[in-house]
This record gives sequence, C-alpha cells and structure tokens, in this order.
Amino acid sequence: MPKVKLPRKSTTIDMTAMCDVAFLLLAFFILTTKFKPSETLTVVTPNSVASKVAPQDDVAMVTIDKDGKVFLSFSEDAPKKEVIEALNTNRTLGLTDAEMTNFTKGPFIGVPISQLKSLLQQPAETWPQLKYTGIPVTDTLNNELVDWMRAVKTAFQGIRMNLLVKGDNASRYPSFKGVIDAFKKNDELKFQMVTNPEGVPAGTELYNTNLRRGAGQTPAEE
Amino acid sequence: MAEMDTSSKGGGKKGPGVKKGKKLSTRVDLTPMVDLGFLLITFFIFTTTMSQPTAMRLFLPKDTEKPEEQNKAKESGALTIMLSKNDVVYYYEGILAPDASNFKTTNFKEIRDIILNKKKNTKAEDFVVVIKPNAESSYKNVVDMLDEMTINEVKRYALVDISPVEDQLIRVTEGGSPAPAAAPATK
Repeated sequence: MPKVKLPRKSTTIDMTAMCDVAFLLLAFFILTTKFKPSETLTVVTPNSVASKVAPQDDVAMVTIDKDGKVFLSFSEDAPKKEVIEALNTNRTLGLTDAEMTNFTKGPFIGVPISQLKSLLQQPAETWPQLKYTGIPVTDTLNNELVDWMRAVKTAFQGIRMNLLVKGDNASRYPSFKGVIDAFKKNDELKFQMVTNPEGVPAGTELYNTNLRRGAGQTPAEE
Repeated sequence: MAEMDTSSKGGGKKGPGVKKGKKLSTRVDLTPMVDLGFLLITFFIFTTTMSQPTAMRLFLPKDTEKPEEQNKAKESGALTIMLSKNDVVYYYEGILAPDASNFKTTNFKEIRDIILNKKKNTKAEDFVVVIKPNAESSYKNVVDMLDEMTINEVKRYALVDISPVEDQLIRVTEGGSPAPAAAPATK
C-alpha cells in the first residue's frame, strides 16, 4: 500500500467558460429560429407518413380552415404583384396601383372577388383582425379560386411553383373538392398537402420497404 | 438581538479567520446559471427543428371525357372505398351489385387489412383503389385514406366523386331519412 497521503485538492471548477459557451449556443439558436408570421388562420393539419419536407420557396398556399373557408397566401419570394395584376386584367377590377401594392404586403386573401377592392383599401396590417368569409369554392358555377389560380399561374410562368394545400382536420370534403377542381381547371395537377410528420407503422409494407432501402444503401454507398 | 455575521470566516479559504474587516466572498457559484442556459438551449433546439411541416404529394389524373383515354381498370381488381362522417368507411369490391350485397361497412383501423387482403388476391396491374369521399367526410379522412395508400404501397388509386347511387346507399345505411337524392349532380 503506497504510503502517500492523497493531497487534498480543491474541487471547485471555474464555470465561467462553460457559461460563455452555453450563452453563445443559446444566442445562435435564438437568432436562427425563423419566426413564423403570426397566423390568424389556426389550422390543425392531419398526420401523414410522407417524409418530404414542405417547400418554403416559391409557394402558393391554399389554406382551408375548420369551417371550410378557403384562403390564399404566398411565400415571401413569390411574385405577388404579378398575381394581382393578372387578376386585375382578367376580371377588370379597376384596382389602383396603391391597392395592388397593398396586396403584396397582405398576409393572405380570404374574400370573394367582389369585396376585394374594399379589402385592398384598408392597410395590410389590419387584415389579420378582420372577419373573413373565405374565397367561395363550393359553388361549381362560381368557383372563384379558378380565377385566382389562373392569375397565379400567369404570374409564376417560368418559375417552378410549389402549390400547397393546408387543410384543417375538421374541414369537410366539399371545400377540398372545390379547391381540387380549381386546380384541375387550370391544369395544375401536381400539388402537395401540408401534414404533420408521423412514423410509419411497424410491420406494414412501407415500413419494410424503408428498412430494405436503408439496409441496401449502406453497402451500395449511394 | 443576534447580528448577522457576513464576514466569511474560512468560507472555502484555508487558514485562520483573520479579522480583516469585512472581507466578503466574491465567489459566485455559476452552476445553476449554466443549467438554465442549457435548458433554454434545448428548448430552442426543439422548437426550431420540429417546426417543419412535411408535405404529401398528390398527383391528379387529367379529367378526360374520352373513354379510351380513361384508365382501364379491370372490374374485379377494383376496390371502391367510400368515406362518410364520423370516420365511417364503406367499401365494395368490383362493381356495386344491384342489390348492394357487396356493400360493407368498416372503420379506419380495419381498412388496412381489407386493402392488403385485396392486394394479395389481385394481380398487381389490375389492382386499383377508388376513393370516394361523400359530402360529410372530413379532410382528415381523405388524407388518412391517401396515407393508407402510401403505407400499403398501392400503386394505383384515384380520388373521384361519389355517385348518387352510392350516396343514397350510404344515407340508407346510416339510417337517416331517405331524402330525395339532393346531391348536386356534377358533370
């Protein structure tokens, strides 16, 4: 047995450095959280096993809330000005330049075209507080989304548009059908539905395929 | 009465507590601060990465009036699924019999087995699932059913309008007053 008296060392560690690192990391994460624009449209989306992430650029999004009201919105980089100009020409709404600029600032549109001019006269910041009836889509003879989609298609010419549908769980099928019909009339047959991610149930075919694909990739080194 | 002695008499310091006036200890233990810092970090980690919603792709077939362009599906290989309110699912295989003998009712949990069963018994190129939601089904039902297609790897499926006959059948099955078929006849 060594006859060494274990020298008593101080066990206090200077935590300053650790604290610095912690706050640096925290600052990084605070700055990199992108704040979602405060949505007044609360939509509970369904779950699905789809694994592709919803695109964020060049997005034209149709939102269906729980009462079946349909709203149209765009991502920041979308050509909103061209959309409203095209709609103005198609439907001869007689919008002024100021109103069209107001459109580009607004978060979403949820009014029939007849009320569009009066909506655009109000400043864009007040829009989230107003009450909306949504864009009418259920009437097959007057599906206004068709006109909107035509304008959107004209505006997005040359750009690869991502068409998204964000529906609420409780919305009924007729609204969804109206939206799909509007897409079909404008020949927009490819679109994506925004959902929450969900794990693939174990034992199903998709699960097995994913396993095989996962196992097959490692030796193949794709 | 008693006075609070704030002088650090040997508070971590070795040596005798020499009375040198009021020498306060300036050592602050930073451990709780670091704990809080890491707590906030984990909070932000979770809220940033988990806020990405996923997107489900859906491709619609073109609406054609010409019968020769419409996908020819063998009747025996077709499974028609109808969606109604309260998450009820109706289905039948092949063509709807005139006396509706093959019209069955189920729910979302069992539909997977039914789909797999049919898939096993049919040749791959003949198997097609036709999804017909009625006016009272919810968006969630439709998305769940489309999800089932992906989960069970059904390659051919279609989302179409419900026919008045089927709608009537559902109404009768649900026991509501058999109202005259007021379903808007879509072209």
